[in-house]
Amino acid sequence: MDTIKSQQVTFKVFRFNEETDYLPYYNTYTLDVTHEEVVLDILNRIKWDHDGSLSYRRSCRHGICGVCSIKVNGKGILACKSRLFDLVDVFGSELVIEPLSTKRVIKDLIIDKKDFWDKHAAVKPYLVSDIVEHPASEHLVSPHDAEKLLEADYCIQCGACHYSCPALAINEEFIGPAAFAAAYRFSADVRDDASLERLHIVNGEAQGVWDCVKCMECAEVCPKEVNPIEKITKLHNMVFEANIAKNNVATRHAVGFAHSIEKHGLLDEGELVRYSEGNIGVLKHVPVALKMFAKGKIVLPWNMPKADKLDEIKKLIKSSSTVKF
Amino acid sequence: MEKLKYALFTGCTAKESTPEQMMSTLAVAKKLGIELVELTEASCCGASHLQDYDDFLSLVLNARNIAYAENHGLTMVTICNTCQLNTAMTKHRLDHNAELKAKVNAKLAEVGLEYKGTSQITHFLYAIIDDFGLDKIKEMVTTPLSQFNIAPFYGCHNIRPSELQNESHKSPESAYKPTSLDDLIVACGGVNVDYEEKNKCCGFHAELQAPRTAAILTGNAVAGAMDANADWMVTPCPLCHLKLDTQTHHASIAIGREVSLPVLHMQQMVGLALGCTPAELGLNHHVTKVDFV
Repeated sequence: MDTIKSQQVTFKVFRFNEETDYLPYYNTYTLDVTHEEVVLDILNRIKWDHDGSLSYRRSCRHGICGVCSIKVNGKGILACKSRLFDLVDVFGSELVIEPLSTKRVIKDLIIDKKDFWDKHAAVKPYLVSDIVEHPASEHLVSPHDAEKLLEADYCIQCGACHYSCPALAINEEFIGPAAFAAAYRFSADVRDDASLERLHIVNGEAQGVWDCVKCMECAEVCPKEVNPIEKITKLHNMVFEANIAKNNVATRHAVGFAHSIEKHGLLDEGELVRYSEGNIGVLKHVPVALKMFAKGKIVLPWNMPKADKLDEIKKLIKSSSTVKF
Repeated sequence: MEKLKYALFTGCTAKESTPEQMMSTLAVAKKLGIELVELTEASCCGASHLQDYDDFLSLVLNARNIAYAENHGLTMVTICNTCQLNTAMTKHRLDHNAELKAKVNAKLAEVGLEYKGTSQITHFLYAIIDDFGLDKIKEMVTTPLSQFNIAPFYGCHNIRPSELQNESHKSPESAYKPTSLDDLIVACGGVNVDYEEKNKCCGFHAELQAPRTAAILTGNAVAGAMDANADWMVTPCPLCHLKLDTQTHHASIAIGREVSLPVLHMQQMVGLALGCTPAELGLNHHVTKVDFV
């Protein structure tokens, strides 16, 4: 058996009680931690040995219930799965323990996840299917069809991605990565009949997939490797495939890349903005464009560079395109 | 050391809205004795948007770009974080899915090309750090940037998802506490500034679709650097650069606070430290004036 190794770590723990505190504060504890311990062990030790009033959620201790998600130095984690030594390797020996969202705190590390569950419920995260009450055989899903879920069903609703999403932190209407992953999970299920209904929900302006900033944080933070951004991309694709993409700035922005590449091989930046925004909408960009032009940052249409062997690119676009707008 | 040689995938902005990025890349490569063979046949990578419309088409086009690097027998070097992510993601998906690779190659065969998976793909920042070496940069510095507090702005698509990014790095980079750009600042003699937004999103990719979100993210980034007492910011990503350099007016309105800092491309910072002239580095092409040189 390995010798138990230990090291001293300082924990700055976020404290706030909405019933008694005006402002949050941090308590500091310096503890010897061993290489076997996870963050939840430390929370337990602080609560049991130092301050019984520290509040946090815990349940399964096996990374499957999703309730113990918190942030350590800004990184969303499951307290029961994250080894202290791994965190110390990245962040050093002072760790800041905070709730997933400091603005939704009820007490200490416990947050009100109502917004998370509301968004989740909004995408109909369940199978919608006519049930044959007395089926003649089982309704089997082939392994091939099951693979289409891309493991989106591994989500444990811990909220780590939801409360790390920068788009959601600003735009509260945004449905967010966890609910999008759930929308994909059921829409990709061969037994489901509500795909189109869900696609209309995720296609909505402000709330829908179009407001994703593509920071990839949801893929980074997910403790179950659900990779929500991959599902968000799939939902974009499904919206186009279902032919329900609205003709708006967001959809034209995606389609505009194909047009531009077909014409020049490269992206025509100015034309992409004009095509996306329309001839009137583009006017709001004129002040910045003039400043850029003065600094040699705008290529005029007749000087637009082209990729060599453009004929190859045109040919590939013709033969490889899988969708129309 | 054998002369370093890469296939350069410039991406589109280097040819259009950030000419200074192209100039400084070539100037720095020359100083460092790195040979760059430009992939003039390369197409746009789709910038994380084409795949939303047509994922397969995006794969085919990116695989074609990589195939040209493979034909040169060289590692592909990118100078844009989003080019890096899209290209590396394509490589990862094709290298791990024989069926998909065959489908893509069936298309590439129509133009006499094949994606083999033999070329690595790395951003110029990591080529400098991993292959050239920070110690050698330190030795070559003629104009240490010691009087400057410099705020690194990493750009999402170089650091996330880290599992993918770290496939091509010699030492792994944490998405939550990245160090590469900080180390480069220090190697150039500057003082690296720590601030919360350094590994956060600039909002570029939602600028047209979600302008308020994008403007607030830009504002927060510049404000974070200013509050950390930075003299200027530096980024390896031309898209972050565009956002931070040209969009601070909207950002200031969005966050209700006047924010503005000069922003340099990573190559421009290295170039300054190595004694390149401001003209060679295209510092006159910035919207937010670079007023310290």
